[in-house]
Amino acid sequence: MSLRNLTALALCILMAGCGTLEKISEVGTGLAEATGTITPEQAKSINKSAGAIDKASESMTPEQEYYIGRTVAATILSQNKPFDNRALTTYLNTVGQYLAMFSDKPETFGGYHFLIMDTPDINAFAAPGGLILVSRGMLRCCKNEEALAGVLTHEIGHVELNHGMQAIDKSRYTAAVTTLLAEGAKNLAGSNVAELTKAFEGSISDITSKMVNSGYARKSEFQADKAAVTILERAGYSPNGLISMLQQMEKNLKPGGHDFAKTHPAPQDRIAELTKLIKATPSADAAARQARFNENMRGL
Amino acid sequence: MQSKVFFGALGIWGLSVATLFAATTMSVQVNKADMRETPSYLGKVVSSLAYGDKVTIESQNGAWLQVSSSGQSGWVHNSALTKKTIVMKAGAGAQTTASSGEMALAGKGFNSDVEKQFKDNHKEINFAPIDKMEKIKIPIADLQEFAKEGKLQSAGGAK
Repeated sequence: MSLRNLTALALCILMAGCGTLEKISEVGTGLAEATGTITPEQAKSINKSAGAIDKASESMTPEQEYYIGRTVAATILSQNKPFDNRALTTYLNTVGQYLAMFSDKPETFGGYHFLIMDTPDINAFAAPGGLILVSRGMLRCCKNEEALAGVLTHEIGHVELNHGMQAIDKSRYTAAVTTLLAEGAKNLAGSNVAELTKAFEGSISDITSKMVNSGYARKSEFQADKAAVTILERAGYSPNGLISMLQQMEKNLKPGGHDFAKTHPAPQDRIAELTKLIKATPSADAAARQARFNENMRGL
Repeated sequence: MQSKVFFGALGIWGLSVATLFAATTMSVQVNKADMRETPSYLGKVVSSLAYGDKVTIESQNGAWLQVSSSGQSGWVHNSALTKKTIVMKAGAGAQTTASSGEMALAGKGFNSDVEKQFKDNHKEINFAPIDKMEKIKIPIADLQEFAKEGKLQSAGGAK
């Protein structure tokens, strides 16, 4: 196949939808086969493997999710500076990484890591792959370690349920996968990175606008709360911590705020759903936890 | 030119006949995964696996899989593993990939090159806090001490 034909095939593929990828590949290989540039066996193999990559696009690898998550978190932090308090950050990561071990997805490509955002807004974001950002305003809704665990497990729930990745428009996947196909055919100089970066920028924008502006569907938020209850119970925390945090959040939220007031169901609605889920309250010896919570939250 | 093109293409897309063991072989899909003596995060670490390592599945206990790799045996949480064959280098796939159509190319797609290009396009976005937060990894012994000190009656880790 000449370079011109190859480029035409690559362009064809780049313009194609995900479902038609295999067909486009067949057209390309059919052309090459007819002109004698490849054998029928080679054509068959390429068509088969194009189909394989087509199917693989249905779920991105954790490695790609990791790069998306890093950039989503960096983008959110461009609007919210990190709050630099070493003791509190270590405490947050200890609670968070302890809890992540009890989720259904304890292993991600780069692991779970937690950071405090320096803003009074009540906000928390879970970037794909497990980079979790929590605002000072959100931490102020927590009066004990159970409540903090409630906030963190809700965010771990979003990671576990892939809500961030699901916000990506399907067209980005198509662009990413087709660029890979073109790359597989032959390196097209730097253009493949440029094409991929466009799809990447689109994916980041899809996720951040969902997280920051429109919020996930109510159903997704209730699912994250449900995942939180499961993780809390496995980890030995009373899930009632999540309810007490939401009661405090209700008092702290300002109507019309550009935070959870805008992106999440009202705290009382989440509480109503949670009370259906929480069956028993384990008797908890809270004194030791309260002491370390107070000590670490002093710097807030 | 044409043979180079298609050998390159087949290198990436190539399929073969490794399906015989597909049901019992999985690949590590995370950057690093620990193999443990028991099916729990409280289990002692036997050895570590790297991204793309192949493991043979020996048994299962809930979400934990007992695996063997390079003469070592231990337990790994299933979220660290994939049934997909992870091809570490373009071109290597021709000999090793499964014909099930389940394959993933390591380092392809959204990768460090794409991140670099993104950074060039968006100099206002600072990745330093992300690099810093990723370094925070609380040792398992500290997490165990944390649970003990806080009197947390856990179920022993992910089930």
